[in-house]
Amino acid sequence: MEGTSLIAWMAWTWQTAIFFVFVASCLIAMTIWELRVPGGGPRRGILGLDTTRGDRLFITLLGSAYIFLAWLGIMGTPLWAPFGISLVYGFAVFRWA
Amino acid sequence: MNKQINQKAWLLVLPVVVLVAFNAVIPLMTVVNYSVQETFGDNVFFWEGVGWFEQVLQSPRFHDALLRQMLFTGLVLVIEVPLGLIIALAMPRKGFWVSVCLVLMALPLLIPWNVVGAMWNIFALPEIGLLGKGLNNLGFDYNYTRQPVTAWFTTVLMDVWHWTSLVVLLCYAGLVSIPDDYYRAAKIDGASAWAVFRYIQLPKLKRVLTIAILLRFMDSFMIYTEVKVLTGGGPGNATTFLSIDLDKMALGQFDLGPAAAMSLIYFLIILLFSWLFYTLMMRNEAQ
Repeated sequence: MEGTSLIAWMAWTWQTAIFFVFVASCLIAMTIWELRVPGGGPRRGILGLDTTRGDRLFITLLGSAYIFLAWLGIMGTPLWAPFGISLVYGFAVFRWA
Repeated sequence: MNKQINQKAWLLVLPVVVLVAFNAVIPLMTVVNYSVQETFGDNVFFWEGVGWFEQVLQSPRFHDALLRQMLFTGLVLVIEVPLGLIIALAMPRKGFWVSVCLVLMALPLLIPWNVVGAMWNIFALPEIGLLGKGLNNLGFDYNYTRQPVTAWFTTVLMDVWHWTSLVVLLCYAGLVSIPDDYYRAAKIDGASAWAVFRYIQLPKLKRVLTIAILLRFMDSFMIYTEVKVLTGGGPGNATTFLSIDLDKMALGQFDLGPAAAMSLIYFLIILLFSWLFYTLMMRNEAQ
């Protein structure tokens, strides 16, 4: 991606590209899920909130971001541990929240 | 009767989606890309990984700015919300003075933010400003360009002057929408003014108050222009809030990588609080 490229100013790296592809795939997967099982599966979980699966995805992503930031701020790298915690957290949110 | 599901409405929001994509999503993606790299200009980048995030999160400079920001936002909310409510309660509900009060209240909100900063900068100058000179003549040692405490006092006072009206107008709108029947019933029961406030007005104002707190929280947490013009973050770093610190890092030092990382952390803080307030608001409404 040289200076002549239209998106060169965005300074892409393959790592950040993977991140955004992951976010986009989440959104696409959620859309397909919604089309197959409409209604969003609303329920009241252990957080005491009425959540749909879109809310649960948001809570998962936001919470995971904080897990990573907290780990970086307190422990530093490497980030395998917060990655594992985030997966467990995400599973818990989708299962019980 | 079955509810018709019509997905065509999505087409109508497409222009907004495109607009938001270009003015928010694409710049945000660029910030994410910058946050993991180092650049010395010329569009040449070096991979840095999560180093900038680690550096920002562990730096005392960021902790201090965050602490100052939280203190400022806390102070602003503690002063503006009750004050706005009191003013709204004291405002007339009928007659000529309603429009006068509403116009007076709306005035500070109409002034551009940099003008507010410039006005207060001059107003509070210890040698020539009405506030600064006045306070010094009264015997107070006041110089916001040199003393951290008076710089804070001036900054908070400026924000209160600028934004309390917003709380007032929201509360006033909430108050006038309470049907008269409630007040009549309270009068028949011989309720005191306090009881009317506690059991009629306050519950009815819950929603507008939540909106007011949410708006004031977000605005004060992102305050930039007024403080930039008034104190420039000084004296020293006394009024360097998050946005001012970010500005110093990105535009003063041209440290784009750390600044991008800090922007994302800042964004996540705002996102969390906005989500919390929104959820609380929706929960109240559902109840």
